[in-house]
Amino acid sequence: MIAQPAVLKKDAVPALDVERIRADFPILGLRLDGKPLVYLDNAASSQMPQPVIDRLVRYRTSQHANIHRAVHTLSETATREYEEARRKIARFINARADHEVIFTSGTTDGINLVAQTYGRRAVGKGDEIILTVLEHHSNIVPWQMLAEEKGARIRVVPVNDAGELLLDEYERLFTPRTRLVAVGHVSNALGTVNPVKLMIAGAHLRGVPVVVDGAQAAPHLKLDMQDLDCDFYAFSGHKMCGPTGIGVLYGKTALLEQMPPFKGGGDMILSVSFEKTVYAGLPNKFEAGTPPIAGAIGLGAAVDYLSGVGLEAIGAWEHELLEYATAQIRQLPGVRIIGTAARKAAVLSFVIDDVHPHDVGTLLNEAGVAVRTGHHCAQPAMERFKVPATTRASFAFYNTLAEADALVAGIREVQKVFL
Amino acid sequence: MADSRALYQEVILDHNRKPRNYGTLERPSHRADGYNPLCGDRLHLTLQVNGDNIDAIAFEGESCAICKASASMMTAAVKGKTRAAAETLFHEFRDMATGRLDPAAAGRHLGRLGVFAGVRDLPTRVKCAILPWHTLHAALNSVATATTEADADPMHAPIGNA
Repeated sequence: MIAQPAVLKKDAVPALDVERIRADFPILGLRLDGKPLVYLDNAASSQMPQPVIDRLVRYRTSQHANIHRAVHTLSETATREYEEARRKIARFINARADHEVIFTSGTTDGINLVAQTYGRRAVGKGDEIILTVLEHHSNIVPWQMLAEEKGARIRVVPVNDAGELLLDEYERLFTPRTRLVAVGHVSNALGTVNPVKLMIAGAHLRGVPVVVDGAQAAPHLKLDMQDLDCDFYAFSGHKMCGPTGIGVLYGKTALLEQMPPFKGGGDMILSVSFEKTVYAGLPNKFEAGTPPIAGAIGLGAAVDYLSGVGLEAIGAWEHELLEYATAQIRQLPGVRIIGTAARKAAVLSFVIDDVHPHDVGTLLNEAGVAVRTGHHCAQPAMERFKVPATTRASFAFYNTLAEADALVAGIREVQKVFL
Repeated sequence: MADSRALYQEVILDHNRKPRNYGTLERPSHRADGYNPLCGDRLHLTLQVNGDNIDAIAFEGESCAICKASASMMTAAVKGKTRAAAETLFHEFRDMATGRLDPAAAGRHLGRLGVFAGVRDLPTRVKCAILPWHTLHAALNSVATATTEADADPMHAPIGNA
């Protein structure tokens, strides 16, 4: 079996000046019905700081044109800024090369890209794909579609009652027919940080490549593609202070080069004739059509912002928020936290006795507290914990301890209504 | 913003705590399952229809308070009524919940069901209130499964389950 990593070394990290950071996010000053917004739905979508908003405005007001085409100044500017964003992101995730960063519309798009290009070539009848019970639907359905088309089989890594993957079981799922592992870095429903580096090493021992769904990790953890040694890694801009409609698929050069294109169209070709079309090299082969140029540039600004704040400091503050809120909620009778892994991102999923999460969400909203309720697009995970749905509070580095208090006060109010 | 607290009136909380006609009829003449993929609400509805009359009705399932109270009050409202009267209530309830009908308007039959009028201001909760009625409509028309997906809810395009 694979050994669990030792407890992370706690180095002194610079403390966050949360109030100063909050001043960067105009939306956090919003009042709804006279109550200050307490935004705890960051796992669904994070908010955007002024520097990213400003960058989008600057692009739209003085730099916009189509890219990779015309020779005029604006087009050259837009192309340069778009490619500069790619460089920033490649550095942010420590890719070996800029062309390993493929712009997509989001995590879902990235996973579908891998399933429909690499997957369709690598997976055949009777082959197997390993997933985990914690996966978001976007890291389940594309593989089911592929498995159905090819007559392949999905194998699922189970979790313990804390919501931690059972690595012994993971090891046992490998067979000579295993062609691919797809695993989320951080569970959106429970917050579990999965030991993906170990899982990747285990898969590579058997020559099996690994796709990581990083949607929930990118805003919270320092990402290092070379250290993880993952084969593919997908994430979304809007969960990391960037715009919607933009995401990234990282892939190792050797794999990306072997893969056929995903979508056909302009910008992904070298030459087209009715006899033969020659595809462009990386990364253009996977970026057919006019991409979300502003989105990419905005995401570049977002990673600059996150790097400026510092991922270590972000992680440390979010951990403090999680510990604080967890301790408070544990003291509430009739409230049960779902997902108590030793390593967690700042996600608090919980259920209240005799109160459906939908009613919790509606009443918390009345108190100005924005949370997500439902199955979080992770129905197998809900099924595992025998709950139809949970209420999920997810924190970002701009949240405060006072906001955790507002959540707890809101839960008490809900319980009073349903007494 | 809607005052959602006002929606959780005592009558709704009471029906949620002590749902009427909760369970399954042993030999139903009609039955249907209701499902709201957005929030996972599930209802199983059984009816005993004699001639044109709804003699008995029961429901069970997993759902939020709004859905459960709506189901409970619906069963109380249609029990002993004719199919035509139940269908009239279905249409009026749906129109009230989607904001197309003022429950206070003259000549309406909703009565106490008017407590659900508040959902019109909470677009994400409209379907919770309507699901039992869709399920009733499906059962009376011999459709096995109802979802809220096809509903002409003015605030919502159909929603997938992801």
